[in-house]
Amino acid sequence: MNLQTSFRIAMRALASNPLRSLLTMLGVIIGVGAVVAMVAIGQGARQATTQQVQSLGSNLLSIFASTAQTGGIARAEAVQTLTLEDAEAIRSGVPHVTGVSAEINRAAQVVYRNENTNTRVVGVTPEYPTVRNFHPVRGEFFGADDMRNRSRVALVGQTVANRLFAEGDPIGQRIKVRGVTFTVVGVMEPKGATSFSDRDDVVLVPLTTAQRRLFGTRSVGSIQVQVASEEAMPAAQEALGQLMRDRHRLGPNRDDDFTIRSQADILQAFTGVSQTMTVLLGGIAAVSLIVGGIGIMNIMLVSVTERTREIGIRMAVGARRRDIMLQFLVESVVLSVTGGVIGVGIGIVGSRLINQLAGWATLLSAQAIVLAFAFAVAVGVFFGLYPAQRAARLDPIQALRHE
Amino acid sequence: MPLISLRDIEKTYQMDGVEVRALRGVSLTIEPGEFVAIMGPSGSGKSTCMNLLGCLDRPTAGTYLLDGTDVATLDDVALARLRNRRIGFVFQSFNLLPRTPAIENVELPMIYGGVPDRRAKALAALDQVGLRDRAGHLPTQLSGGEQQRVAIARALVMRPGLILADEPTGNLDSTTAGEIMGLLDGLSRQSITIVLITHESDIAAHARRLVQFRDGVIVRDESTRAGQTLGGPRR
Repeated sequence: MNLQTSFRIAMRALASNPLRSLLTMLGVIIGVGAVVAMVAIGQGARQATTQQVQSLGSNLLSIFASTAQTGGIARAEAVQTLTLEDAEAIRSGVPHVTGVSAEINRAAQVVYRNENTNTRVVGVTPEYPTVRNFHPVRGEFFGADDMRNRSRVALVGQTVANRLFAEGDPIGQRIKVRGVTFTVVGVMEPKGATSFSDRDDVVLVPLTTAQRRLFGTRSVGSIQVQVASEEAMPAAQEALGQLMRDRHRLGPNRDDDFTIRSQADILQAFTGVSQTMTVLLGGIAAVSLIVGGIGIMNIMLVSVTERTREIGIRMAVGARRRDIMLQFLVESVVLSVTGGVIGVGIGIVGSRLINQLAGWATLLSAQAIVLAFAFAVAVGVFFGLYPAQRAARLDPIQALRHE
Repeated sequence: MPLISLRDIEKTYQMDGVEVRALRGVSLTIEPGEFVAIMGPSGSGKSTCMNLLGCLDRPTAGTYLLDGTDVATLDDVALARLRNRRIGFVFQSFNLLPRTPAIENVELPMIYGGVPDRRAKALAALDQVGLRDRAGHLPTQLSGGEQQRVAIARALVMRPGLILADEPTGNLDSTTAGEIMGLLDGLSRQSITIVLITHESDIAAHARRLVQFRDGVIVRDESTRAGQTLGGPRR
C-alpha cells in the first residue's frame, strides 16, 4: 500500500466524523496560532524599541540619578542628586560634547477649556530638540530667555494636540497644568507609538518653569548628553563620570550616585527584555502545542479501539502490520498538519488584528511560522506513533471478534 | 500435492489464566478443488482450526503445509501476503468496512496486494455475485444476503485458490442462505477449494466431504453424495 492510498483512507476516516476531527485539531490550531502570534508580538516589540532607541542617535549618553551607597548601605531618601548646574558644567567641561539636555518628567493632567487629558509633562532645556532629534513641526521651541524667566510656554505632542484641540489651532491657546496656565507656542513633529509608549503623548515646558512652578524641586530626572561622534563616546563617558564625581564630591571609597548609559546599553537592555519576552511567550504557546498533541493521541487511541474490527478485517484480507501502522500514523499527521496550516493562518490573522485593535507592533517571523508548523508535524508523528503501534499489534482473531 | 496438509496440529491458548487445549492432534489433508464442510458443537475446535487454516494464527505444535510450504517458516509479512493472494475469507457477520461503499470493500484486498486497475476488477467481481448495480451502496443500505455477496466478491477478487467460509449463512434466512450456497457451489465448480464451517446439516450437504470435530479432534471424515443430489457435477 502506498502513501497516496493511506492518505485517501485517512481522509475518508477523518471526513466521516468532521466535528470530532475539528475538535481534535483545535489543540494544535490554538497552539500553532499562539506561537505565531506571540512571537510576532515579541518580535514587533523588539523591532519597535530598537528603532526607537536608534532614532535617538547612537551618540547619546544618558545620566540618571541612582541610589548612592555609603559603605554598602543604600540611602533611603529619594534620589535627587542631578541638577541643572550639573548639565551646564557638562556642557562646558566635558570634551566632544555637542549638546546637553536636562530633563524632568512627571505625569500630569492638562486642561484646555472643558477638555482634559492625562499626559507626561516634561521640563526640558532649549537644546532638547537637537539632542533628542525631536523638533517642533509648527511654532518655535523656547530659548534661553524662557529658561531664565521661567516662562509659562509649552509645546504639545501630536497626541495631546489631537486630544485637546481636535481640529482647532493649538498655537496661542492657553492650557492649564496643575493650576498653572501655559501658552502653547508650538506643536512637535509626530514620532509614533511603540508597544511601550506613545512618544507623541507629551507636553514640553522649560525646565526651570517645571522645577519651580509645577513640581517644586531643584533636581532633574536625567541629563542627556550628545557626543560629537560615536568614536568619542568612551572618552566622553570617562570624562563625564569623573566630572560628576568631582561635582558631587564623591571620595575614592564612595560609589557613584548616578548612572551613565549609552544608547548601546539601553538598546541591549531592551532587546534583552524583548528577547526574554519572546522566548517566554513562545514557550507558553509551545506547551499548548504539546497539549494539542496529547489530544490527538487521546482521540487516536479511542479511534483504534472503535475500529478494532476494521483493523481485523484489513489484516484478514492481507494488510501487513506496517500497513495498519501507516494508516493510523498518516491519520494523526493529517490531523496535525491540517491543524498546523489553520493555526498558521489564525496566527497571521490574529497578529494583524492585535496590531490593528491594540495598536501593538507585530512582526511576523517566517522562522517562527516554519518552526511552529514543523513542531506541529512532529507532534502528530510523536503522539500518533503509540496509537498506530497499538493498532498494528492487534491480534487479527481478537480484532475480528471485537464488537 | 495436497493444497492443505495438517499433521498432528495442536493448539493451546490461555483464557483468563486457564489453559485451553482447543486442538489436540488434528491431521487433515485437503486436495485442490475440494468442497469440505466442517461441523461440530461449539468449543469443538473447528473455529480454531479455521483460524489456523487462514494463517491468522499459528499452531502450538504440528505442521501445516499450505501448497507444500510450511507455514511455520513464514514471518508476519509473508503470512499477510499469503492471506492476501491465496485465501479468501467469508465470515458469519459479513465483516464489511462500515461507511464504505460495496465497490471499495471489494477493492480492499487489491489495495494491499498492490493490484492495478482495481475499480474494473472490483466491478467484475461484484458482477459475478450479481451486485453490479449495488456497487455504490453502503453496507447499511444492503440486505444481509447482499452484504454477504459483497463479502464473497471481496473474497474472490484476488482469485485465491482457497475460500474459508465461517458459518456464512448463520445470520441469514433459509432462502437467502440458499442463494449464498448457490454462489459457493458455483465457485466450487470453478475448482476453487472451499472449506466451510456450519452448524446446519442441509448447508453442509452442499459439500462433498464432511469433517466432524469434537473436543479438539476429528471424529469423522467422510465423503457425501450431497453434491450429486443437488445436481453439481462431481469432479
